[in-house]
Amino acid sequence: MAREPLMIDIVNLSKRFGRRDVLKDISLGVPQGNVLALIGPSGSGKSTLLRCVNLLEAPDSGSVTIDNHTMRFGAGASRHRTNSMAAFRAEAGMVFQSFNLFPHLTVLENVMSGPRFVRGRSRDEAERIARPLLERMGMESFADTMPERLSGGQKQRVAIARALAMEPKVMLFDEATSALDPQRVAEILSVMRDLAQAGMTQIVVTHEMSYARDVADTVVFMADGHIVESGPARQVIEDPREERTRTFLKHFHMGKA
Amino acid sequence: MTYQWDFGPILQYWSLFRIGLEYTLGFTLASAIIGMAAGLLLTLARRSGWKILSIPAGAVVEIFRCTPALVQLVWCYYALPVVLGLSLSPATAALLALSLYGAAFYSEIFRAGLDSIDRGQWDAAAALGMTPITMMRRIIMPQALRRMTGPLVSQVVLQLKNTSLISVVTVPDLVYQGQMVSSATYKPLEVYTTIAIIYFLILFPMTQGARLLERRRHG
Repeated sequence: MAREPLMIDIVNLSKRFGRRDVLKDISLGVPQGNVLALIGPSGSGKSTLLRCVNLLEAPDSGSVTIDNHTMRFGAGASRHRTNSMAAFRAEAGMVFQSFNLFPHLTVLENVMSGPRFVRGRSRDEAERIARPLLERMGMESFADTMPERLSGGQKQRVAIARALAMEPKVMLFDEATSALDPQRVAEILSVMRDLAQAGMTQIVVTHEMSYARDVADTVVFMADGHIVESGPARQVIEDPREERTRTFLKHFHMGKA
Repeated sequence: MTYQWDFGPILQYWSLFRIGLEYTLGFTLASAIIGMAAGLLLTLARRSGWKILSIPAGAVVEIFRCTPALVQLVWCYYALPVVLGLSLSPATAALLALSLYGAAFYSEIFRAGLDSIDRGQWDAAAALGMTPITMMRRIIMPQALRRMTGPLVSQVVLQLKNTSLISVVTVPDLVYQGQMVSSATYKPLEVYTTIAIIYFLILFPMTQGARLLERRRHG
């Protein structure tokens, strides 16, 4: 079996906050077009790992590669300029638990903000990128609405459109459905599923085990800054090898696919 | 014995008051603009993460916040020229002192305004790939400025009242001109009443405006 080319490659990544090791020598790769689900108890380091992929947290050592753009950290690596970190981040779209829409901009302007302020596109060009994305998210009728007027599910769809407007090579979802009402969770998960089917490489930090099982290619279970277990999604979720994974998964009730 | 109020002689000196008013407003405007610019630089320096910038900037803010404006003014006029080995005109010393005094307080307002912006806003802007400058200009500052308008107007009001101190170093502001008129007419009660009314007529609309801004923000 030929090894597929990796779109995201994390090698020997470590991160500490003060005296606490949050990530201990993590290595993992995501092939082009694959979805990797990161699961684990809170404090396991999964969100920090996700934030290290686009350098919102600068790793202390190790390297992160997106496509063929590599950033190295730690001994022997040169210090990165803020602008080169910004350019690296632009290749990854990120969606947050708390949406983080820009409250002083309309829905349309939120989606235009990447093309305009990062890529330097004109207002017209940015609008030509943003409008179809709003349409794809079913949000075109809210283009001129201020974010505060939207429901959680609507906010998250706008946030996804905003991330996609940068034409990212990968998408990172940080508990994107955790702040939503149960009936809204499904609508965001279906948007994420559509993206996966369209071939978008994703890392998804999630507590939605059935989504991880049904949509992800690989599931990684983390605890205490380590990767405890990783493997094909269905196998890790339904028949985990490790006792810790089994104990963790007992807390979740999953409908059968 | 009752005092006979008589504003007649004072009105003859109206042109002196007008010059004083021009100085007062001019110094307020200039020191507010310079003070806000310097205050912004101080805030950015304090937040830069580089100790070589943040420590001196923090020290400047605390020194000017924790000494009286009058002392700073007199010090800039009499002591600073000795330290620097050059002479400063009264107007230059006054502008310098008022601007730096204002800068310390504006810097605190900017700091509080920036701190009030949710961390998620910085994350989202950074995740899109914005550089720190773009992030400040497009995302953080527009939100922070809205929250800072009320406190900034209040500080400009204080700044205008503080200009009355510059009469001490013989800059002909409203108070200084009043002293001239007072010694020419021997009518200090009328003079200071007139000056108080002029200050009030300028400042009352400003404080009301600031209150409106505050209310609109909370409303």
